[in-house]
Amino acid sequence: MANDFTGPMIRVEDLVTHYGERLILNHVNLDFPTGETMVILGGSGTGKSTLLRHIMRLEQPSSGRILIKNQDICPMTEERFNQFRRKMGMLFQSAALFNSMTIEENVALPLRELTQLEDSTIRIMTRIKLDLVGLSGFENYMPSQLSGGMKKRAGLARALAMDPEILLFDEPSAGLDPITAAGIDSLILKLKLAFLMTIVVVTHELPSAFMIADRITVMDHGEVLVTGTPEEIRNSQHPRVLQFMNRIPEGEQADQQEYLRSLTQN
Amino acid sequence: MTAVLAFIGRNTLGFLRYVSGLYDLSAKATYWTFVAPFKGRHVKWGNTIHQMVVAGVDSIPIVALISLFIGIVLGLQGAYQLAKFGATYFVTALVGVSMTRELGPLMTAIIIAGRSGSAFAAELGTMRVSEEIDALEAMGLDSVRYLMVPKDLAMLVMMPCLTVISDLSGILGGAAFEMAQLDKTFSMCVWATRDALVMRDITTGLIKSMVFGLIITKIGCYEGFSVKGGAEGVGKATTSSVVISIFLIILADVVFTTIFYFTG
Repeated sequence: MANDFTGPMIRVEDLVTHYGERLILNHVNLDFPTGETMVILGGSGTGKSTLLRHIMRLEQPSSGRILIKNQDICPMTEERFNQFRRKMGMLFQSAALFNSMTIEENVALPLRELTQLEDSTIRIMTRIKLDLVGLSGFENYMPSQLSGGMKKRAGLARALAMDPEILLFDEPSAGLDPITAAGIDSLILKLKLAFLMTIVVVTHELPSAFMIADRITVMDHGEVLVTGTPEEIRNSQHPRVLQFMNRIPEGEQADQQEYLRSLTQN
Repeated sequence: MTAVLAFIGRNTLGFLRYVSGLYDLSAKATYWTFVAPFKGRHVKWGNTIHQMVVAGVDSIPIVALISLFIGIVLGLQGAYQLAKFGATYFVTALVGVSMTRELGPLMTAIIIAGRSGSAFAAELGTMRVSEEIDALEAMGLDSVRYLMVPKDLAMLVMMPCLTVISDLSGILGGAAFEMAQLDKTFSMCVWATRDALVMRDITTGLIKSMVFGLIITKIGCYEGFSVKGGAEGVGKATTSSVVISIFLIILADVVFTTIFYFTG
């Protein structure tokens, strides 16, 4: 990846995506400034994880562009985009550790496959990453022997293995108890302060979002509602944002007639 | 009327999508097996050998046992018919030729489709559901190269080996029946088999077994890669991998046997 670029690390331009007939992302425009931590906030099914998968090019959009370091990644060959992926790390919702490998082998895999480093060097680097996420001593455990929070930490160590410039988190606190989730949050904060990375976190946890974010984007129904600093989001008067922040459930169907019509229509 | 047309259209589209998906996957697997190694991107030999053990060596007992039974049954059925003509001498030839040309490769393929093809679909399907395949791709590692090519190569090598074992145990099963029931000695059976078989019987069987092996991996992996929707999806993929691969194995068997018949 070339380093002489200006503008944001990641830029999403007019992105539209469908799953079958269903519209998932509706003309999304978003900039992810270099070195900042962006939190994408939104309810379930608002398309925020899909957006993340597009940045990693695990899905192809219906239309629109995604620029990483000013280069459009959608029409790239697999080979060329893999050069970008070397400098990107992603922590999946389920941690996605390879269940047939030990924790150490999981973290070492990208180093083994993508670099020419000596085995002893790889071992040391793996230990450093595991130590960074607080998992030293668990090298020879299998993923099935770890708790949910530890799996996430191991997944994070693997995402960090290649010293990424971009780090993506898909619901880092999903399925974790509040204390463990707070542990992951403070780990993200620690990484953010220690390394110069562009971090993108997708979550629906408000406290966690305000704790780690430099900027917050609120998404709803596949659209970006607002983007701003945590302070700006807190003071936003957008009705959907207020609803989300104050945890107000979806209202009753406003129009009774409309409701009856929706039932009888084919 | 429109409903019928829609039904036909939907299924035709589904079928075409399946075929094109299978074609893409096969093309990728061929690339990573035969082209990429010349560009310095080697096949994962460690995984390949592991797969050879799991799908090949570990299947030897069941393949040998079932083929032994098939051999005995062939001997029984053959003797029942041939005894009418006083030609029980030819039972050995019947067992030998049917095992090597047809039943050895076919039975092996059906056993392996049930044993390993379903395992491929379940393994890859579970990896798809638990985001492991996405994680691999996100690291910039090609999932076909890492997960499918080792299985493909292992099957290509192990299917003929298993077929040879199947041929042998079938012939032994036939011989066991003949020794017990038709008062032949073991060496008589060996010599009768040697007289009856020509090299072509064995080679055509082995060629078929390689084709069957490729079918089993392609279908198993394709089903696994295209799993959607959690544990239930994995179950469905496993089932259809077995059904579709057995169907295609028998279809390929018809095609190849016809070719061998007319060229032999």
